[in-house]
Amino acid sequence: MKAGSKIDVAYVSDLARLELSDAEKAMFQPQLENIVKYVEKISEVDVDGIEPMMHGRELVNAFREDEVRPSMDREAALANAPARVGEEFLLPKIVEGAES
Amino acid sequence: MELHELGIKAAQEGLAKGEFSSEDIVRAVIDRVHAADGKVGAYLTFDEDGALALAKANPRSVPIAIKDLINVAGQPCTCGSKILKGYVSPYDATVVKNLKANGFIPAGRVNMDEFAMGSSTENSALGVTRNPYDLSRVPGGSSGGSAAAVGGDLCIAALGTDTGGSIRQPASFCNCVGVKPSYGRVSRFGVTAFASSLDQVGPMTKSVEDAAILLKALAGHDEMDGTTPKDPVPDYPAMIAGSSLKGVKLGLPKEYFNVGGLDPEVKRVTEEAIRRCEEQGAEIVEVSLPHTEYAMAVYYIIAPAEASANLARFDGVRYGHRSAKAVDVMSLYMKSRAEGFGPEVKRRIIMGTYVLSSGYYDAYYGRAQKVRTLVKRDFDEAFKKVDALLTPCAPTPAFKLGELQDPLTMYLNDLFTIPSALAGVCAASVPSGATAAGLPVGVQFICGGFEETKLLGICRAFEEATGRVTPPRAV
Repeated sequence: MKAGSKIDVAYVSDLARLELSDAEKAMFQPQLENIVKYVEKISEVDVDGIEPMMHGRELVNAFREDEVRPSMDREAALANAPARVGEEFLLPKIVEGAES
Repeated sequence: MELHELGIKAAQEGLAKGEFSSEDIVRAVIDRVHAADGKVGAYLTFDEDGALALAKANPRSVPIAIKDLINVAGQPCTCGSKILKGYVSPYDATVVKNLKANGFIPAGRVNMDEFAMGSSTENSALGVTRNPYDLSRVPGGSSGGSAAAVGGDLCIAALGTDTGGSIRQPASFCNCVGVKPSYGRVSRFGVTAFASSLDQVGPMTKSVEDAAILLKALAGHDEMDGTTPKDPVPDYPAMIAGSSLKGVKLGLPKEYFNVGGLDPEVKRVTEEAIRRCEEQGAEIVEVSLPHTEYAMAVYYIIAPAEASANLARFDGVRYGHRSAKAVDVMSLYMKSRAEGFGPEVKRRIIMGTYVLSSGYYDAYYGRAQKVRTLVKRDFDEAFKKVDALLTPCAPTPAFKLGELQDPLTMYLNDLFTIPSALAGVCAASVPSGATAAGLPVGVQFICGGFEETKLLGICRAFEEATGRVTPPRAV
């Protein structure tokens, strides 16, 4: 598909795992259509043979030895959990048919 | 002069001579915040006891206000968002470690547009910040709390972050020096990510020399951030002492001066700045950055794309807000994010998800990365001819709170700061004058990647030639 297609805010927000109210959908739809229309300006540029710039600077791989190092303390990592059980994050049931 | 009015250099000199202690400075800043921040609203939180304890333990240190997306162990880090209400950082960002190792202490957390998305700080979910020069106007953004705190003498200096102009534009609005370092010069570890190929932490200060001192402390290789090279960090403050504009070739990108939205007073202040540089012996050359008109479009594809990926971590699982209405895992994600994020963040997540989605990737994100290469090449070509570029920093002075309602109109604020962010080069806003109504106006200098010494040297000489222009303040 090419640029120029219309953004479907309700569909894309679902992909983004973001629930929108009807009022938000009504507000965002024209705003985002406008923004999409604006950014489509880049279709005017001839980019044949141009390499993409993937990052803020030309990078070489930054390797280090694969050695075991101390990591964040488990309690510290769990301290901000909205809900926990023992040493784990507590979540609603994920697997179909399993006991929660 | 009262202690809260000091900059870094003067504070360090007074501390070294034993004229006052770090605790005295922190107390003066706290008193000033109590007296004036009710009007400005620069700070979100200020752990006064914690800052005083740090000052006692480090009696020669200078307090620095921290933008609320930089992690300081044991302190909140809300990023101006409801989604991180109650979050307490488990660790120090590398920039915070670097501050502490170099005679600074974090003191107070300042407001910002939610997740650094905005140009007015009006997108903060946690409070309004006003411009200390006119309380009916915005401080700029996204580092608006940092700029208001520095410009209002509510701190000695502050850290900001810049993705498309978020240090430089608020610095221009609030009469501060703001430096966006070259991409990779400063570690991003522990700094909540917005657009990872663009984000940089930088100093917001009361003088160029202060910015040089603070940048020296912040910069350098960090093994926790693979984009920071091992290039040594120059002794910026020593290198720029006695700098001059004599013989410096300054390029004026013609595309930056033929813009419809350029405010006539900003144009006037910028033209005066050009004349001043010429008087100081700089050679003024017109240059062209032909892909400038596409930079905004490139940015508003790449930055939301990266943001949509980075903000996927806010899912209500490990930290941050979790919806009480969730009945299963999918509704936990959908509702926690819906309740936690504000409108601008939602817009950008949707935009980013759209440009990365199946079938659209090549037309938007892939193509934007190629045009970004062309934007960067423009700068490479320009820096073959000139030492630095001189441009307006923001197209207008500070606008009124609530004045800009349309998102796209708000985006245009970053017209002059986005191209250099995409190119990964270094740039700074330096106070240059004021409008007839007394609103500060900064000019922008831009140098090549890792050319901070040259950039700061030019800025320092410009600042010296300009003198400190301080329009009357509202606080």
